[in-house]
Amino acid sequence: MRRTVAPVAGTGPPVTVSRWSRTATGFTGVSVIALVVLAAVPYFAGGPAEQPLITLLTFVAMASQWNLLAGFSGLYSFGQNAYIGLGAYGLYLVAVHGVNPFAGVVLAAIIAAAISLPVSLLVLRLSGGYFAVATLVIAAVFQIVATLSPSVGGTTGVSVPGLAGYGPVLREALIYWATLAVAVASVAGVYLLVRQTFGLDARAVGSDPVAAASAGVRVGRIRRVAYLVAAGGAGAVGALIALQTLYVEPTSVFNIQYSVYMLFMVLIGGMGTMEGPVLGALVLFGLQEALSSYGAWYLVIVGGLAVTATLVASRGLWGLVSDRFGWSLLPVGYRVRHPRG
Amino acid sequence: MTWVNAVIQGLLLGGQYALIACGLSLTFGVMRIVNLAHGDLAVCGAYLGLVLSTVFGVPVWYTLPLLLPAAFLAGLALQTLLFGRALRHGVLAPVLVTFGLSIMIENLLQVAATSDPRGLNGGALALASFSLGSHITVSWLFMTAFLTACAVLSGLQLLLSRTSWGRKVRAIADDLDTARLVGIRVRPVFATVTGIAVTTAALAGVFIGTIGTFDPLTGTNTLIFAFEAVVIGGIGSLWGTLVGGMALGVTQVVVGQVNQAYAVLAVNLLFLAVLAVRPNGLFARHQAAREAGALG
Amino acid sequence: MSTPEPAAPPGPAAPAAPLLEVTGVDVFYGDFQALFGVSLSVARGGATALVGANGAGKTTLLRTIAGPQAAASGAVRYRGEDLTAAPPHRRISRGIALVPEGRRLFPSLTVEENIQVGAAAAASKDWPLDRIYGVFPMIARRRGQRASTLSGGEQQAVAIARALAAAPTLLLLDEISLGLAPRVVGELYQTLTALRAEGATLLIVEQDLRRAMEACDDLVCLLEGRVALAAPVPAVTREQVVAAYFGEGPPRDFRGSRDSWGSEDQEAAT
Repeated sequence: MRRTVAPVAGTGPPVTVSRWSRTATGFTGVSVIALVVLAAVPYFAGGPAEQPLITLLTFVAMASQWNLLAGFSGLYSFGQNAYIGLGAYGLYLVAVHGVNPFAGVVLAAIIAAAISLPVSLLVLRLSGGYFAVATLVIAAVFQIVATLSPSVGGTTGVSVPGLAGYGPVLREALIYWATLAVAVASVAGVYLLVRQTFGLDARAVGSDPVAAASAGVRVGRIRRVAYLVAAGGAGAVGALIALQTLYVEPTSVFNIQYSVYMLFMVLIGGMGTMEGPVLGALVLFGLQEALSSYGAWYLVIVGGLAVTATLVASRGLWGLVSDRFGWSLLPVGYRVRHPRG
Repeated sequence: MTWVNAVIQGLLLGGQYALIACGLSLTFGVMRIVNLAHGDLAVCGAYLGLVLSTVFGVPVWYTLPLLLPAAFLAGLALQTLLFGRALRHGVLAPVLVTFGLSIMIENLLQVAATSDPRGLNGGALALASFSLGSHITVSWLFMTAFLTACAVLSGLQLLLSRTSWGRKVRAIADDLDTARLVGIRVRPVFATVTGIAVTTAALAGVFIGTIGTFDPLTGTNTLIFAFEAVVIGGIGSLWGTLVGGMALGVTQVVVGQVNQAYAVLAVNLLFLAVLAVRPNGLFARHQAAREAGALG
Repeated sequence: MSTPEPAAPPGPAAPAAPLLEVTGVDVFYGDFQALFGVSLSVARGGATALVGANGAGKTTLLRTIAGPQAAASGAVRYRGEDLTAAPPHRRISRGIALVPEGRRLFPSLTVEENIQVGAAAAASKDWPLDRIYGVFPMIARRRGQRASTLSGGEQQAVAIARALAAAPTLLLLDEISLGLAPRVVGELYQTLTALRAEGATLLIVEQDLRRAMEACDDLVCLLEGRVALAAPVPAVTREQVVAAYFGEGPPRDFRGSRDSWGSEDQEAAT
């Protein structure tokens, strides 16, 4: 979408205002091809390639969602694992009632978003650090409730039914495609949301809610939308995890590690940028491959890098790149170009 | 245990919660930092107590003269090296940094001490109790924790209201910009406040470790309880954390009487109820509560 | 303020070095430039009025002199010492104190505590509480009350008292008449005159031109971050000040006429 704008008081030639750039167009072309390739992976590469890609794509989904919350709307939630767990249990419950497990992913997302609405009425009364701890409380409550509910297996957990009808190769491929779909939906969904006025409003809310409110931004609504969308997204991720592991158990699906990963990916990649979370997902994936044998040291390093990133490179790796080269692969702002000559 | 006994134990338990909560409240009130690693620092205090009391072969109380100053110094270091830098990157940067710190501490403890639950040697105090009448038995340990909490809160209150240092702290808490403007040197004050907060956390950790067991992950739950005590009692009020703590303690013990598994859930639900009905808590200082977003 | 000056050497009197010398100061808020090469000096024992429309940069300039605001370029010298990079507490200990715009008292502290806190980096012990209460008897009665419970005029007095507790030689005052009844403002200005008699040097930001020109020897007018007029009060008429205040001619011609005000960074018009 290009517009030509006549500047004020006729002091110069018209400038061009556009959203897109050549870099972004090139990137869009490349990513369409990449998506086609990714979608075809089960056909030419099979199991060994799908596994790591599923992990990576899950990371991409989680990072994009957390970026919407924290990077754009200033909601630093460390309790998204509440909705991951909720999504996992949601999938189990719909599968138990005979619903196709893959349709269950969508249902689980809806359930998570629906439950997040009353929760938002409570936790969104707080902000900043107090909001962050409140999200921890919510996650703790969900986990305790699951542990105390015999209908979902209590502390021992339950196995996910409904997948026995699929052969292992097909099942793996279907889970792969579902994960790919959720990842693409997460990135695209956040992008579409953020491109509109919502994105500008959200950023205003994130940097200064009082100033935003006085400028007419409906702060409460923005935060609630971000919270609900992120919860739904986390629910989808939880459902996928349940499909993968075929077993849902409180301490693993509500594990705070998911929140740590989200924080890390978005911080390292670049908060408040579209490209950052994807980059962060790649970094985390690489780190996990490299450090998986180090046990608890892995998380020490992840945490340490997150702290360092906050103090040293607050715009993340993508921020460093885009500041240097001026690239924007998924533009959310506008470019003003002056005519040459 | 009778109901009266349960309530009394709950009230005394509130003292412990106040002890862990007051440092969190102080840090937020003065520096506007919610230290998400606060609970983990308390657990570090417990582990340090474990090491010292094992090395010296004495009940953990005798290690306090070493433990508490060490905690204070750790707080000074934390502020100077980490929190001070974080604040320069905006109001929300400390949230990220303290969460990252929390993860690091929990996993470092895991590496160093494994995830086995531990307990502290409380000596004779841990086992003693006294009776009031025929139905009420009070554990000396609980009583000591409660009295210690009251002493600490009183001490802090006196420090804040009667000393020139306390005046500076209150001025900074009111208006950081103007405090700098009138010549108050803010960095040393921040460092001392963090030092005090970590010291109270370590002391609370010692009591937690003596009364129950602890492991590397105990910090998160400790943070949650501390936070809930602050919010229920009212953000910005030191004595409010005692009231909040007592509300938590009574709920926990009384519900625990009926069904132990539901005790912690009940406490969290109480917090959520207070958040729904009276988000500014019982004794909130208007300004501090507004900054936490509690007044909407 | 109470240290006697060394006796001047015999012969023709050399011009005394200014107490405060601000040279070519630029101040930015992010990308926005608030001050463009501003220079001014204040003589020992003098009183300078700093006037200008809202947003002209008066508060920014005072804050740059007192310390909280950093200057991107230029210098602030006090008693010959370069304080451009010094933090507020060091400038206060050298004798500069600011009474901030809007009073900015600490609401949860009492009157007395507010004043005591002002002595945190005091230049000397010349202004103990008793002496301060002597200057402001009306607030002495309220010393134990919380500052937020006082009237506007009393709060302004406390704000000045808090600055006095630092025993300053240069007192910077930012819009002390704001929101106060004329009689109250009159009392405050009487106090300032008394302080001058004791040797204080004043730099006063004031919207009320009449008061400013009555109370001060020199006048500096800022316009959109630049010095539009700087002169001794007897040498200018009120009309000239008003013209500098608003810029010559109707508002439309702002940009064209600004170049004629002799600002420091005059550039050829594009």
